[in-house]
Amino acid sequence: MKIMIAEFAAAAFVLFARAITAVRAIWPEHGLPSRPCVYFANHSSHGDFVLVWAVLPPRLRKQARPVAGAEYWLKSKISTFIGRDVFNAVLIEREREKRTQDPIALMTSAIDDGSSLILFPEGTRNLTDARLLPFKSGLFHLVSARPDVDLVPVWINNLNRVMPKGEIVPIPLICTVAFGDALRIMANEDKDAFLERMQSALLALAPKPLGSGE
Amino acid sequence: MNTASSDLLTLVLGIFGVLIFASAIGYVLQRRFSADGPNGAVDNLNARIKAWWVMVILIGVAFIAGRAGVLILFAFCSFAALREFITLINTRRADHWALALAFFVVLPIQYYLLWAEEYGIFAIFIPVYAFLLMPIISVLRGDTERFLLRIAEVQWALMICVFCASHVPALLTLTIPGYESRNVLLIAFLVIVVQLSDVLQYVWGKLFGRTKIAPNLSPSKTVEGFVGGVISATLIGASLWWITPFTPFQAGLLALIITLMGFFGGLVMSAVKRDRGVKDWGNLIEGHGGLIDRLDSVVFSAPIFFHIVRYWWSLS
Repeated sequence: MKIMIAEFAAAAFVLFARAITAVRAIWPEHGLPSRPCVYFANHSSHGDFVLVWAVLPPRLRKQARPVAGAEYWLKSKISTFIGRDVFNAVLIEREREKRTQDPIALMTSAIDDGSSLILFPEGTRNLTDARLLPFKSGLFHLVSARPDVDLVPVWINNLNRVMPKGEIVPIPLICTVAFGDALRIMANEDKDAFLERMQSALLALAPKPLGSGE
Repeated sequence: MNTASSDLLTLVLGIFGVLIFASAIGYVLQRRFSADGPNGAVDNLNARIKAWWVMVILIGVAFIAGRAGVLILFAFCSFAALREFITLINTRRADHWALALAFFVVLPIQYYLLWAEEYGIFAIFIPVYAFLLMPIISVLRGDTERFLLRIAEVQWALMICVFCASHVPALLTLTIPGYESRNVLLIAFLVIVVQLSDVLQYVWGKLFGRTKIAPNLSPSKTVEGFVGGVISATLIGASLWWITPFTPFQAGLLALIITLMGFFGGLVMSAVKRDRGVKDWGNLIEGHGGLIDRLDSVVFSAPIFFHIVRYWWSLS
């Protein structure tokens, strides 16, 4: 029963997201990896992973699990249900001092179980005017533990305008989700160089600002 | 079967005939030019023809469903068009409530007024009430950055996508003596003439196009395409007089006005796209681009057509 409600709710979320944003995916030249991988995306709205989830082909969608903050999703019964049962999120504890479980261990075990991850390496929603916040080191620690996993950059465009921080009514606007070709960590690549390379790969997918002319 | 539905049936069969003919040509072209590899122009043509089938069937279903069906179809078109338009304009967070109002209050009310046949309010609701109330909602947030630009763009979006577009189904509210219960055919006349004019301009342009008519706005439009398309669409409009309350000459004259407004509407909307640095309004319709790419000419011709018919033919 609970599973049925969860599946129904998931379908409803996807339908709602599509009705509001008419979301369109832009696929990479060489296609998406079929093996479990890590989709890493820019983060500016609570709806971000729903949109990535909605555009993934059903076979890949089934194995994709968003990585989200446990503090936020375990706050109430309903958000726990949505986070855990509807989206099957990997819930990690963000505050280092209060941690009972190692986030990297949770993520690697999800990958080992055949899941893909949807990860937001900025760590928090970007509410600034900058296009991207500096990445947290989590992505680096994850690939240090699993260096052969594919990393797929995903740029989510316009969703921050659909529902800016603090608003409750979404504005219908067309969103796009652009996927890049899969990347890996290189041998002997250090943390800063790796994170820098990932950030530029992600920014390369961002469209030019509107009205900037041709 | 009354005369309206038998005329509609004749019309639909005719359009299906044209589409079958177009699909056959598309098939032959595909066999000849892209049998062993993609050919951009032919593939785009076939995608366009396929999309036409879907659009014709959707409009046909709406016509069968009657007044409610037509209103719902055009309300949806307004919604999708407004979404494409607002996506491309300068909005700031301070506009959030004004935009929510545009989508979820102004748009439904405009179509409700058509349903209720409240012409007096329908005609002024967006040009007067929305025009004055929307900037008030925006100004309450106190953000003055590019304020005039923002409120002007939102009003323009509403005028084009909701106000002008709603004049297509508004044709149902006219009362023309001797034309009772046939008003849906006026919509068919408008949509067929304006869309055929677009298609014929494209075809004439592809076959004989030499001289660019507006190279800065729309590099694919040519003088030959324009003249050939307008003349042939006008003649087709005149030959459709039997579905209208007009004489053949009047039908031709109205078709000429419709095609000219449609052509210039297309130019205006191209200029807006150029300004915003995009090629298409969106990706809703395979091969055509966004909904506004298909609707731009209808939106510019519908209000003029509506008011000419209302002034000279209608009692209401």
